[in-house]
Amino acid sequence: MRTNLLLAVLFLSGAALAADPEFAIQLKEHRFTPSEIKVPAGTKVKLVIDNQDATPEEFDSFALNREKIVFANTKGIVFIGPLKPGRYEFMGEFNRSTAHGVVIAE
Amino acid sequence: MFAAALIVFRESLEAALIIGIVAAATRPVTGRSLWIALGSALGVAGAIGVAAVAQSISQLAHGNGQELFTAVVLALAVVMLAWHNVWMASHGRQMATEARELGRSVVRGDMALTAIVTAIALTVLREGSETVLFLMGIASSTEASRASLAIGSLLGFAAGGAAGFLIYAGLLRIPVSRLFVVTAWLILLLAAGMAGQCARVLIQADLLPALASPLWDTSALMPDDSALGTLLRALFGYEAQPSATQVLFYLTALVLIFLAMRRARSHSTT
Repeated sequence: MRTNLLLAVLFLSGAALAADPEFAIQLKEHRFTPSEIKVPAGTKVKLVIDNQDATPEEFDSFALNREKIVFANTKGIVFIGPLKPGRYEFMGEFNRSTAHGVVIAE
Repeated sequence: MFAAALIVFRESLEAALIIGIVAAATRPVTGRSLWIALGSALGVAGAIGVAAVAQSISQLAHGNGQELFTAVVLALAVVMLAWHNVWMASHGRQMATEARELGRSVVRGDMALTAIVTAIALTVLREGSETVLFLMGIASSTEASRASLAIGSLLGFAAGGAAGFLIYAGLLRIPVSRLFVVTAWLILLLAAGMAGQCARVLIQADLLPALASPLWDTSALMPDDSALGTLLRALFGYEAQPSATQVLFYLTALVLIFLAMRRARSHSTT
């Protein structure tokens, strides 16, 4: 009984440690940095968008099927994937001309 | 200016379409314009209120507040639209007959009209809060660009309103007997689309698994950001690359509401 409990705890903590890959994107002066992000295909990916501007921005992507408003001087988390290999464009909808980038799944 | 117009147009399109469809669907009902106007006004007030506290909402639930809030608003709207359709399935035939024979407006249960107007308020609130946040962002830009952004936004609103009006006018060309069936289907598809969106938003927050993602890719055939794609998205929740869970939610809502409508119709007295 005790062995089973121990095994269960080890298994669960192992599973918890296998967290989703995380990538950071910075938004400054209405530009995303990096603007090209390489992520592994076929797995859920966590994007952390750090908005360092003074105005909110909407992280928007048709290809990734996501939209989220990230407020001034805050971080927003968006989960994407699992993605097939390819290029997935995203943009800051409120500042389209400068805020755009691409996620490359491979 | 064009960028602002486009943003505001896209945000207001979904709300404008639902208002146009509902206005056509409730045409023979006394005083429905007032109810619709009230629902829209409440939606606008709600949008401003939500935008004011949006940042706080966003930080709730480990940063998932925005997605949870949107999901709840969408789910409520789905329930309201479903309720309207089921009510119409029970009473619609009777209403259409009355409207035709009496040739005048009929009065329908306030409860049922409340449902559809609540759906309008919820949609205006949801789309509107994003627009308000965008406009608040504009307010802090330079004076020169502020004017052009303001004009662009007004143009965007006008274009959205025009689209809603076009749908309304187009639907009114349908004879009253058919109108109920057509609007019932449109509202059913709207509800299913919202259910799909609800799934998408929860997947984004990692509260639901995406399963197969994307289930299909029709972006070559009908891209999301094309004019027709935008319209189909607003009307039916069309997406070029939906995940399997989204499609599942869409189909489940479609089937459940349809079955509920059919059951209500077969149990109706007329």
